[in-house]
Amino acid sequence: MSRKRVVTCTINGHEEQFLCEPRQTLLGVLRDTLDMTGTKEGCSNGNCGACTVILDGRPVVSCLVLAVECEGSQVETIEGVAQPDKLAPVQNAFLENAALQCGICTPGIIMQTQALLKDNPNPTEEEIRFYLAGNLCRCTGYDKIVKAVQQTAMTASASCQPGCCGE
Amino acid sequence: MHDFDFESPRTLTEAVALLASRDSRPLAGGTDLIDHMRTGRFRPALVVDLKKIPELTQLVTDSNGLRLGAAVPCYQIQASAEIRNHYSAIADAVSIIGGVQIQNRATIGGNLCTSGPAADSAPALLALGAICHIAGPKGTRTLPLDQFFTGPGKNVLQPGEILVEITCPAPVPMSGSNYRRFIPRNEMDIAVVGVGVSVTLDASGQTITAARIGLGAVGPTPILAVDAAKTLVGQPASDANYKTAGEAARAVTSPINDMRGTVEFRRHVTGVLVERSLREAVARARGESQYHAHVRIPCS
Repeated sequence: MSRKRVVTCTINGHEEQFLCEPRQTLLGVLRDTLDMTGTKEGCSNGNCGACTVILDGRPVVSCLVLAVECEGSQVETIEGVAQPDKLAPVQNAFLENAALQCGICTPGIIMQTQALLKDNPNPTEEEIRFYLAGNLCRCTGYDKIVKAVQQTAMTASASCQPGCCGE
Repeated sequence: MHDFDFESPRTLTEAVALLASRDSRPLAGGTDLIDHMRTGRFRPALVVDLKKIPELTQLVTDSNGLRLGAAVPCYQIQASAEIRNHYSAIADAVSIIGGVQIQNRATIGGNLCTSGPAADSAPALLALGAICHIAGPKGTRTLPLDQFFTGPGKNVLQPGEILVEITCPAPVPMSGSNYRRFIPRNEMDIAVVGVGVSVTLDASGQTITAARIGLGAVGPTPILAVDAAKTLVGQPASDANYKTAGEAARAVTSPINDMRGTVEFRRHVTGVLVERSLREAVARARGESQYHAHVRIPCS
């Protein structure tokens, strides 16, 4: 058995230390070691996007990242999206637009949406569809997801000050 | 996943020594390797992460051309204005390898070393005259990319050898390049056929003075279609000549039948894509067209 490693990283703003084997993926450690089961396991091979988390500012599929690679990294997961007492605007928009049914793809899609809107606060429909191409949903047919992303963007731009996001 | 050791060396020398010491695999973006280990296709005793080695993570463009570290992730390549403007076939390729999440991890070095016949970066880099720079226990060596692949999933790398970087010559004035592929969807698929081309035009922009054509997914390895490119040299940049080059490219293919396409279909599409890719590369050489991203690229 390979020597276990201590990995220190920041998850949702809090410093975390965990013990892991080199063969454990970030997804495995999040779910099985840290009990953060909000991040879902879908295909385990990088096709479905269900396990999307933000690693050092960029969305990645956590099934294709080894946990030992995350030493010193910043990780953001679905558990860090809501405020303690209320949902984030993106979560409300998904509820209001019925942009989920079974919900397995939802945490990944929410994380991918967060990353999209940070880079591109007012995306076109085409940009939304291409950015979310790595997130599969077998329930909604995607239209409701696209509408939820558009509503999130509109809500954010309605509440922003002139010049705050380059518009 | 099977049990393995993990090392993350800071220098090339250290990495070469580790990789030569035992049954091992190098790790760059991990988007192929981790899946191959999960399914049991590869069971190395040691995984060596190459992402902390400076030579593998630099992207430099200057008057000598492009130096692209093998472990530079696709998003970073796509975000380079120099790549988008002057090595645009590479930007075309890296922006369609997987989705955004994959592009944030996957690397050109990994794409080449996995050596799939359908690797999107290969035809683009073949078209741009890429050279592979390899370090190993016996020192360093270079070889043109068209001599790198030896079969499906196979290449010239010996135990302990690492693909360090890929270089491409600086583009000359009035030159342009393009990569495109056929897939039955819009995104997130593996090339049924992939074609990369580069062209140089004379000062008038009417006559082709140099051309290179790379083909993917139509043989056991990516193919440099030398004779097809030769048909263009000294000829006017015209649809009739693109068609001739496309016909010549079909002749060097040896595709397989599989769930993505038949032999006949792949051979036909090869010619069609060569024609379309030449048209686009010529338009780019003339300054009439440029690389277009589907996803807005954050500033770098």
